[in-house]
Amino acid sequence: MTTAIAVKDLTRRFGSFTAVDSISFDVQSGEVFGFLGANGAGKTTAIKMLIGLLAPTSGDASVAGFDVATQAEDVRRHIGYMSQRFSLYDDLTVRENITLYGGIYGLSDDVIRDRGDSLIRELQLDDSRDERVASLPLGWKQKLAFSVAMLHEPAVVFLDEPTGGVDPITRRQFWEMIYTVAERGTTVFVTTHYLDEAEYCDRISIMVDGRIAAMGTPTEVKQKFGAATLDEVFLHLVRPAEASHAQSA
Amino acid sequence: MESRRSALRAFVVKEMRHIMRDRQTLTILLLLPMVMVVLFGFALRDDINQVRVAVVDPAPDYATTALRSRFAGNPRFEIVGTARTIDGVESLFRRGGADLALVFSPGFARSLGDGTPARLLLIGDASNPNTGSAMTAYATAVIASYEAELGAVGRRVRIVPELRMRFNPTLESVNLFVPGLIALVLTLVTALMTAISLSREKERGTLEILLVSPLRPWQIILGKVVPYLLLAVANVVTALLAAWIVFHVPFRGSLTLLLVSSILYSLVGLSLGVLVAAVTSSQRAAMLAAVVGTMLPSTLLSGLIFPIASLPGWLRIVTFVVPARWFIVIARGIMLEGVGVRYLWRELAVLTVMLVVLLVAAVRRFKPRLA
Repeated sequence: MTTAIAVKDLTRRFGSFTAVDSISFDVQSGEVFGFLGANGAGKTTAIKMLIGLLAPTSGDASVAGFDVATQAEDVRRHIGYMSQRFSLYDDLTVRENITLYGGIYGLSDDVIRDRGDSLIRELQLDDSRDERVASLPLGWKQKLAFSVAMLHEPAVVFLDEPTGGVDPITRRQFWEMIYTVAERGTTVFVTTHYLDEAEYCDRISIMVDGRIAAMGTPTEVKQKFGAATLDEVFLHLVRPAEASHAQSA
Repeated sequence: MESRRSALRAFVVKEMRHIMRDRQTLTILLLLPMVMVVLFGFALRDDINQVRVAVVDPAPDYATTALRSRFAGNPRFEIVGTARTIDGVESLFRRGGADLALVFSPGFARSLGDGTPARLLLIGDASNPNTGSAMTAYATAVIASYEAELGAVGRRVRIVPELRMRFNPTLESVNLFVPGLIALVLTLVTALMTAISLSREKERGTLEILLVSPLRPWQIILGKVVPYLLLAVANVVTALLAAWIVFHVPFRGSLTLLLVSSILYSLVGLSLGVLVAAVTSSQRAAMLAAVVGTMLPSTLLSGLIFPIASLPGWLRIVTFVVPARWFIVIARGIMLEGVGVRYLWRELAVLTVMLVVLLVAAVRRFKPRLA
């Protein structure tokens, strides 16, 4: 097993505020890694550094074997990204979105056609391939967005709250898709608000105030804190932080 | 290298689709130049009524009185003041209380009597260039008919009206507006539309996806720019056709040079649009910023409506940074005077410098990756 993401003392400061405070972790290839934390804990800042949207203040990070600070170009070529905000073009059809992303990642027309066809078949979108994405139900859009982010077969895929706002059945199907790509060897780096989803991850980390407060398999994390559910662990970790915020405020 | 080219192609195709799919906007953008040329053209050619005339008559005699009563009796004119010296009407004119001054020379009737040319001066307020020329034309007609009437009773008379325009001495005709309108349409299609389309991507979150992709900032910008550039060229052609078919506006110079200049100007506008989108955080803000920052100066500080010479000194300096100001000079030069690069190289150089500066700034602002 090789290391897909290696993070060492990664730090990002905005003025005097430290959004990400010297975090370190490794993610192995083919792993499903859950990146949890309350709002404002520094998750988004950390992800932005990993996908090359933000330069680290200090520390090192490599993704798919490339340094995020010096080889951002190579990093971008080898990752997929799906944001919490809907990331397809509403006014383009299913097919056109696929062609666009395939083109941007430099896939040949033949490859785009083949992969696009199988993607449409897998998602059972055959009847909607020439419909505008705007007309699809949200759950389908999210599944399509994920598949499109996987079109160039990236080594690592970053999913930023991919299941926000979709119904439980679709969430279930979404996680099945995540497992499928992980089995094929793609590393999945996922953030979520749903702690029941965190249980599906191989390993999780919980960020509090810019630091990683807990890390391990869901079972390990629960054992360490003597908790029955991840909900309890989360509340245990996040409450003191919020209490100290309340005091300082 | 091969893959990058196709990445850009995929991106341009996407932009074209966005434009083609938004039928309403596309229709408006395509019809806009024609509508603007026709509307402005007719609005400006509209007959002028109630021209306020100030009269300067240093030595009233039968002829000046007769001519004055012609003006007073003509429904198009209204005499708002009479004075002995030109200083008397000066303030009226300055306040905007008069549109036209009719200045007789002393001994007007005597000159008519002995057959020497009787001189009078017409001063038009040309701060609106088009009404300016129309007013003096009407006034000249009134004078000519009086002259003809005197001639008909067997006297050899000659009235020589001298025309002078205030505020815009070089004015020629309604034709001046068409080049300005082209500048305005181009600004709208390039600066405003790119600002909107780019900030829409920012707002929807799709821009983030593009920035995470291997596309480079210049490819994103180029992809945004190319489709609108094509639209801009189409707009120039339709505006020219509308002007030519409806108003017979002449075209004396090189069409190629005008198209090349239009592309140069469009690129300046497009970079401005990209910059506006880069510094604003919502579609609405981008739209407002584009209107205030590009559309207004292109209308008011470009010489399109107010001649630059009539602006106060400090505002005249501000106009130097308004790209439309330079483009209008180029377009007027090519269309109305038929001049070439030899006379327009300075303006073309200014636009080129603006383009380089704005483009560098736009590409730089567009690297939020390493912020």
